[in-house]
Amino acid sequence: MIIQLGVIDYCLLAVYFAFVLGIGVVLRKGVGGTKDFFESGRALPAWICALGFIGANLGAQEVMGMAASGAKYGIMTSHFYWVGAIPAMVFVAVFMMPFYYGSKARSVPEYLKLRFDEKTRGFNAVTFACMTVMSSGISMYALATLLHAILGWNFHLCIAASGVVVLVYIFMGGLRSAIYNEVLQFFLIVFGFLPLVLLGLKQIGGWSGLKSKLAVVATQHGMAAGAWSHSWAYAGSPHANPMGVEWFGLVMGLGFVLSFGYWCTDFLVVQRAMAAESMSAARRTPIIAAFPKMLFPFLVILPGMLAIALYTAGDLVLPSKGGSLNYDLVVPVMLARFFPSGLLGLGLTALIASFMSGMAGNVTAFNTVWTYDIYQSYIRPGASDAHYLRVGRAATVAGIAASVACAYTAAKFNNIMDVLQLVFAFVNAPLFATFLLGMFWRRATGHGAFFGLLAGTAAAAAHHGLSLPAGAETGIKGGWLSVVHHYPSEMAQNFWTAIWAFSICFVATALVSLGTRQRRSPDELTGLVYALTPKPKDEGLPWTKRPAVLGIGILALTLVLNIIFW
Amino acid sequence: MDLDVRLPIGMMFSLFGLMLAGFGLTSDPSIYAAHSLGINVDLGWGIVLLAFGGTMLTFALRARRRR
Repeated sequence: MIIQLGVIDYCLLAVYFAFVLGIGVVLRKGVGGTKDFFESGRALPAWICALGFIGANLGAQEVMGMAASGAKYGIMTSHFYWVGAIPAMVFVAVFMMPFYYGSKARSVPEYLKLRFDEKTRGFNAVTFACMTVMSSGISMYALATLLHAILGWNFHLCIAASGVVVLVYIFMGGLRSAIYNEVLQFFLIVFGFLPLVLLGLKQIGGWSGLKSKLAVVATQHGMAAGAWSHSWAYAGSPHANPMGVEWFGLVMGLGFVLSFGYWCTDFLVVQRAMAAESMSAARRTPIIAAFPKMLFPFLVILPGMLAIALYTAGDLVLPSKGGSLNYDLVVPVMLARFFPSGLLGLGLTALIASFMSGMAGNVTAFNTVWTYDIYQSYIRPGASDAHYLRVGRAATVAGIAASVACAYTAAKFNNIMDVLQLVFAFVNAPLFATFLLGMFWRRATGHGAFFGLLAGTAAAAAHHGLSLPAGAETGIKGGWLSVVHHYPSEMAQNFWTAIWAFSICFVATALVSLGTRQRRSPDELTGLVYALTPKPKDEGLPWTKRPAVLGIGILALTLVLNIIFW
Repeated sequence: MDLDVRLPIGMMFSLFGLMLAGFGLTSDPSIYAAHSLGINVDLGWGIVLLAFGGTMLTFALRARRRR
């Protein structure tokens, strides 16, 4: 047990839960039909959608994982933001949102149906539904394991409590309730973690103090002194930086394929933007979200960097696991070190909130895809709206029940979950190629999309099966077919798996499309393909509301950050 | 039914602020020496939260009056 809570800490936690549930109760009256429940009535202002957009993405894996990476890899972790998020967020806003929001599609799989065909939608809907339930289950498992480890709380009770709370507020208020809670949680994370960064920096002597301590960390690992405090300077060779990646794999694998694949095609985030009140608000959603996202490294990565620096200076004790440091516990250890009773309750509430919003985001995406893309399409089309609303609520219950089952499966057989996650990663890796061709090349056909996806997925699996990160054993880490290539790190292998999957899917989709007939008429493709869609008119809007202008601004700021921390 | 999200946010953070600041005023100073470099962060951060919560509440109430 790492953390002892006082009465005030429990009170803060209780207040948070009261508000979370209260929001669900109040919003219940606003849910009249499926459009309210699954799409939040398409009535929310851009800033709310934007904070929901990053709130849903800001799960605990992000908060705890980014701090862990900050300790392990230093400031290079910021590439997950400045390279791996911002450009894709601007792209989805400026170029892709017109197709999602402007078409009749209510979900990402439904877009695939309108643009391509039924089988492409079915494939995407089913894999996506399985993946959301699993992610939510893993969040639940991680939350319960963490609370058990740091507070000594009962594992089963944590699973039950988190499941019931998320169930209640989504069941009652639907997507709007989830988004409101994500906004609440966004602020909670900012205010809960900011003091940690400030106190940590004060303790270590500011940025210059941190840099000098990190130089010690780097030299201990046999690298140049600046390897932990520069984001690009050592990216020329995988052996010169702690991540073990080189700039090309980083930019193409993470910055292009993985990041565009996630931000542009994952319904979990896209759903938030589609809840906006107008096309203009939907397009501004990812861009407004990009502003705080750009600054998040200071909130979630810095604590990890501070922790490893303080540890090296002998100022902090980090737990170890099997002989090496357990980076996953960096955040709770820092909370326990710097937060007295009171603030500790706030920090812990922020942490729990991040787990729950990650779960809720997955559950709302699941109930929508299940109801619209699976139930309404294949099981029972043509029923009344009230019927589908009941199905959506039932799907919420079922989704959470399935998450609980996944959480217990994860607790029992760690490997099964790892394998499943790997399989879903293979399915996701090529997806962006399909969307890119679908949206910008009117000749792309349904057969092309479907078989391209299959080929890309197979390519991802094959690449993983044929390569192995240095020092890893064959099996779940790769090389299960035969080892023809060694990567310097697991991350490098991931990036290159994505690059291969994308490229194969792109080429296969194009070839199959050229060899098959386009069954969609130009009329049917209007609103779904770039060349056949009227451009949204931004000219009349003030510059603060024009996505392209805002997008260029945010890209310029990101560039400046990259240069400062070069 | 149209709940302004700034209302619950404002209420919750104001309440958090009051609780933290109140605790900061009455708690034993030794906990700050042990954790937060001797700074009474509960009082300080409580005031920050109260200010944020108050701002959100003001926005929400002003928007409501305008309607």
